[in-house]
Amino acid sequence: MSATTATATDAATGTKVMTYREALRLALQEELARDERVFLMGEEIGVFGGAYKVTAGLLDQFGEDRVRDTPISEEGFVGAGVGAAMIGERPVVEIMTLNFILVAMDQVINHAAKIGAMFGGEVRCPLVIRTPNGAGNQLTAQHSQSFDGWFAGTPGLKVVAPANPADAKGLLKAAIRDDDPVLVLENLPIYKEKGEVPLDPDFVTPIGRAAVVREGTDVTLVAHSFATLRALRAAAGLAERHGVSAEVVDLRSLRPLDVETVAASVAKTNRAVCVEEGWPSYGVTAELSARIQHACFDDLDAPVERVGMAEVPLPYAKVLELAAMPGEDRIAGAVLRSLGLAR
Amino acid sequence: MPAVAAPSALRHLYEQMVLGRVFETEAERQYKADHIGGYCHLSSGQEATTVGTMHALQPDDLLVTGYRSHGFALARGVSPEAVMAELFGRRDGCAHGRGGSMHLLDVGHGYYGGWGIVAGQLPVAAGLALGLVRQRRPQAVLVELGDGAVNMGAFHESLNLASLWGLPVVFLVVNNEYGMGTSVARASAEPELYRRAAAYRMHGERVDGNDVQAVIEASDRLLTQAREERRPALLEAMTYRFRGHSVADAGLAYRTKDEVREHQAQDPLFRVRERLRAEGLSDEDFDAIDREADERVAAAVQFALDSPEPDVAQLATGMHAAGSAEQFARMRPGSAFGEQALTFDAGLGS
Ligand SMILES: Cc1ncc(C[n+]2csc(CCOP(=O)(O)OP(=O)(O)O)c2C)c(N)n1
Ligand SMILES: [Mg+2]
Repeated sequence: MSATTATATDAATGTKVMTYREALRLALQEELARDERVFLMGEEIGVFGGAYKVTAGLLDQFGEDRVRDTPISEEGFVGAGVGAAMIGERPVVEIMTLNFILVAMDQVINHAAKIGAMFGGEVRCPLVIRTPNGAGNQLTAQHSQSFDGWFAGTPGLKVVAPANPADAKGLLKAAIRDDDPVLVLENLPIYKEKGEVPLDPDFVTPIGRAAVVREGTDVTLVAHSFATLRALRAAAGLAERHGVSAEVVDLRSLRPLDVETVAASVAKTNRAVCVEEGWPSYGVTAELSARIQHACFDDLDAPVERVGMAEVPLPYAKVLELAAMPGEDRIAGAVLRSLGLAR
Repeated sequence: MPAVAAPSALRHLYEQMVLGRVFETEAERQYKADHIGGYCHLSSGQEATTVGTMHALQPDDLLVTGYRSHGFALARGVSPEAVMAELFGRRDGCAHGRGGSMHLLDVGHGYYGGWGIVAGQLPVAAGLALGLVRQRRPQAVLVELGDGAVNMGAFHESLNLASLWGLPVVFLVVNNEYGMGTSVARASAEPELYRRAAAYRMHGERVDGNDVQAVIEASDRLLTQAREERRPALLEAMTYRFRGHSVADAGLAYRTKDEVREHQAQDPLFRVRERLRAEGLSDEDFDAIDREADERVAAAVQFALDSPEPDVAQLATGMHAAGSAEQFARMRPGSAFGEQALTFDAGLGS
């Protein structure tokens, strides 16, 4: 990273180029400074500076009361976040990677997500859980999986998944300010990606709004998180090699889901290819396909296509891992199939 | 196998400890040369515990570990070739290139897996012990966990089940002072971890995990009780990891160089070497032992390099039991793009 680009501030627009990781850190920093009720909990977030360095420096800046290292006890400290949130604290809990949330699922799904409805709105749970995720580094079956759809299919939770630095800052801040439990799905391969980030401390990305991140006319690619980057790369390749004009919609929020933006795009292009890093069966792309075919039945010129992780626990060997992931070639293949240009 | 090592056995133990150390050093080198990927956790410094417990474990006993497991696999008798090939992600690896460093396994040696989720292996180990009881087999299970695993619910649930049901399992807590960057004192309200067993009316004790003979004595005694009296136990082995948490961690953000150096001065290999020297081994003997370990590890690297990459057409191999392909055969219509070729055609249940 060159120091000049990383610190270059655009005074006119009030933005700064930074990595996704730095944007998350900035969001945490601003919210910790803004609101006394905000505090962080998680494994290795303090002394160690964060397993992936998102929280680096925050312990020194805010102290142990606000930046709390925890033992390896996910069920315990996620649940502690739920309880503290119920009486008005604003805990931001880091789970080292999404995989480890599985041992805390009971607190996430059967406690945090239930509170609003089960008690008739008497008490709220403004808890944020932020956790990175992502395949591609040979971390193998227990450490590289994306079951984003499981959470997005749970009433009572909100789920956001930023795909670029600006949204990383904006969505994390929106999550912290939200009065409901919000799961912020971060992404390991995107941590180092750079982009312009608004410096306004009150900049937030609204929850429940997708964004058209590339305009096109022939087909709509719908994705979230790292799959958005794959979709953008596939779209660039399709334009270059096949003259295909692909529009890319970045969902940004999975629950609530901005079906309107997706449907408006599909109404224009008449074709949809949904992409995710997770297993497609019963997943995010399954949900998208169902909603698109219903909302856009008369607009569709081809069946909705979807691309996802091969349906195996991810193997270790690089060749196998690469084959399993929803690479740009598979996305392009699905687009060509949807256009009738390939079988 | 005698529980307490006779002089000739001590040399054998030393050879195994040296092999473990040389293997880890080479694994780190191969990681940096990009032949190994993912997470790779080394156990340099912990050899007395790995080799000692594996010496006490009988051939028919069962072993379960976490992810810091190369040393256990080797000391259990898995060939350096099969372990190195697994780290390289090759076809001849002990998990066919599917598992990598964290998920070694060798059923033939009673090794039921390296597991990657902290404490996830503990209920599994209790279940293996339950299976042994139901099958009226006289063996025991040894399950390794780190000091960081004792604060997970699964730890407590497993200890309670084991004690309540009288399961033949020994919980080996490898206390290397840190879970990633968190010291035991910063993680555990009761930092004398062996005492936690008392909450389940289970025997718990501490052993100097850098003294291979003390480790053998304690683990043999506890495994014998587990086998013969169906009494589970917790053994806390006090040791230290010389390297970072994984090869990606320099291991100095949370501990000082001096602290590491102090422990290195107490290297468990030195202690055995001094005893062997007293028994008459010479510098030449030690050189020969080193050379043999170097050669074995070099051969393992060559074997791994020569082993073919797994076949992509077999991506899903092993996921389901034989015969399952028939059950999935009618799931193809409407498949996601690539799913059909990658999953249904790629060895699913065949
Ligand atoms: C449930 C869960 N949470 C977090 C992690 C990430 N993690 C992997 S190893 C580790 C530290 C474990 O330390 P310890 O149990 O002492 O074993 P050691 O690494 O020292 O051998 C952590 C936090 C994990 N694998 N599983
Ligand atoms: Mg440890």
